[in-house]
Amino acid sequence: MITVSSVSHSYDDTSLVLDDVDLTLPRGALTALIGPNGAGKSTLLSAMARLLSPDQGAVRVDDLDVLRAKPDVVARKLAVLRQDNHLTARLTVVDLVRFGRFPYSKGHLDAEDHEIVERSLDYLQLGEFRDRHLDELSGGQRQRAFIAMVLAQDTDYVLLDEPLNNLDLRHAAAMMQLLRQAATELRKTVVVVLHDINFAAAYADHIVAMKGGAVMATGSPAELMRTEVLRPIFDLDIEVHEIGGRRVCLYWHPEPATLEAPARDDIHAESSSG
Amino acid sequence: MTTLHSLLELGSTPTERRRDRAVRLSLLTLAALALASCAAYLLYDVQGSWSYALSLRSRQLGALVVVGVAIGVSSVVFQTIAGSRILTPSVMGFDSLYVLIQTVFVASLGGAALTLGVVERFVVNAVLLATFGVLLFRWLFRRNSRNLYVLVMIGIVLGAFFQSLAVLMSRVLTPDDYLTLQQLTFASFTTVNPTLLGVAALVTVAGLAALVPMLRQVDVVDLGKDNAIALGVDYHRVVTRVLLVSVLLVAVSAALVGPMLFLGLIVANLARQVVRTNRHRALAIGAGLLGAVICVLGQFIVAHVFGLTTTFSVVVNLVGGVYFIILLLRTTRL
Repeated sequence: MITVSSVSHSYDDTSLVLDDVDLTLPRGALTALIGPNGAGKSTLLSAMARLLSPDQGAVRVDDLDVLRAKPDVVARKLAVLRQDNHLTARLTVVDLVRFGRFPYSKGHLDAEDHEIVERSLDYLQLGEFRDRHLDELSGGQRQRAFIAMVLAQDTDYVLLDEPLNNLDLRHAAAMMQLLRQAATELRKTVVVVLHDINFAAAYADHIVAMKGGAVMATGSPAELMRTEVLRPIFDLDIEVHEIGGRRVCLYWHPEPATLEAPARDDIHAESSSG
Repeated sequence: MTTLHSLLELGSTPTERRRDRAVRLSLLTLAALALASCAAYLLYDVQGSWSYALSLRSRQLGALVVVGVAIGVSSVVFQTIAGSRILTPSVMGFDSLYVLIQTVFVASLGGAALTLGVVERFVVNAVLLATFGVLLFRWLFRRNSRNLYVLVMIGIVLGAFFQSLAVLMSRVLTPDDYLTLQQLTFASFTTVNPTLLGVAALVTVAGLAALVPMLRQVDVVDLGKDNAIALGVDYHRVVTRVLLVSVLLVAVSAALVGPMLFLGLIVANLARQVVRTNRHRALAIGAGLLGAVICVLGQFIVAHVFGLTTTFSVVVNLVGGVYFIILLLRTTRL
């Protein structure tokens, strides 16, 4: 269980990015953090994973005080991946994934470490890219290589900031499927920042909706996927429909297309960072 | 199980084994080159008394090797900590800081700056440089840990600032003091005090010994701050310590022979091209060896080809300056 208690943070003393957040995330579940850009999702995720130390408040994972415990102890309990990973180092995929074992091996990998590394590579179907350099891969393949590193870290808690960035539809669905499996079969606690509410509704057990540095609503997908809950959070004319027993959000309202109209690409702008 | 283990340590696929062999081969080649250039430096074209030539040359050689190793290793780890292949302590204004400190030194002591014991001067220099250096870099990294472009700009601006302060102060020096200052601020390998060399060698060895246990963590820091923290590295501690050691190493070599502006940049980047790995244990060895090779061979060529009509530091800054500009133009990512 992840417990966030009265966490506040500001980047430049002018406005609060996180405003006294209290939150409890259930163990063994897949939790999605949703909300508009600037809601504080990524900052909250970073604070939970001690990538930044918030101005105020505490974060506990089970009985571990994340912000004060020894760094390597936390790294065996919790893995985290930020969204943009530009490396100055020139690494191959397998080099990168091996770093996932660092909290255990401190750089001296034994046979078991190597086995876990190979398993993570297989899990993300990276076998054929194993010895390729990361800068020779597509954005999606790179993303999967980083996820493989996180899996090799073999922690009970996995925190991912927008893992679907750079992934096409097929790989995005496969990624969510994989995270779903990790929660169900491996009993891992997975927390993801997502932009697509429909992905969150389809795969998550638990959704946390944020806006303006505060948690606006938490609950199961069924509880959250309601027009009156979502509209004020996104300031958007959202319709919720039920298709084949699943709730689906419609949030785009295109004008009827005319022949002269230029191609619209507003929808793609949605994937920009938050 | 042990055979499997050692097999895997070597790399578990043919591609990896080939890569590991290439790394080992490059290190061995560099070591052979270093030995060969040292031998050439000591033994080539000795005229007159062998014992005199050997004792003079071995002192010079010692200084060249100490400076080469210190600058090579410190620059390569500094680059990693800074997350940039273009930043080295010198590029960040460290050498201008050295010149400024010397100017203040001469301005306050006058000609006495030279008569003050060499070892005392060395110690004062090294301590001042290391302290200022760490303060400077800590401040820079804390303020701008996100934006490297800003960091490079601040480094260049600071360098210019220190430089102009030094120039301003040197304007008010008497001509005699100005000569003293010039003697202090031009890198020179030809006159090396043996006691100084001993102290510098000792500090360098101690610095390297402190660095070695941290190198595997430096490998992780290469993945960036967030990933390093996520993988359980005590990021701030590692960065501070590596920074301290690399600044100390550069300070020692500056205090021994004077500033070598672009040497670190050349050595570190060449080392990364020759030793193709991300493991800093191998990279540091490669950079140390390469630094020694470049210094020894460079001075050898200056002495025997140009007949000492120019100095090694001038050649290094000329070649290094051009290389720096090429690097700036070629890299899109600083």
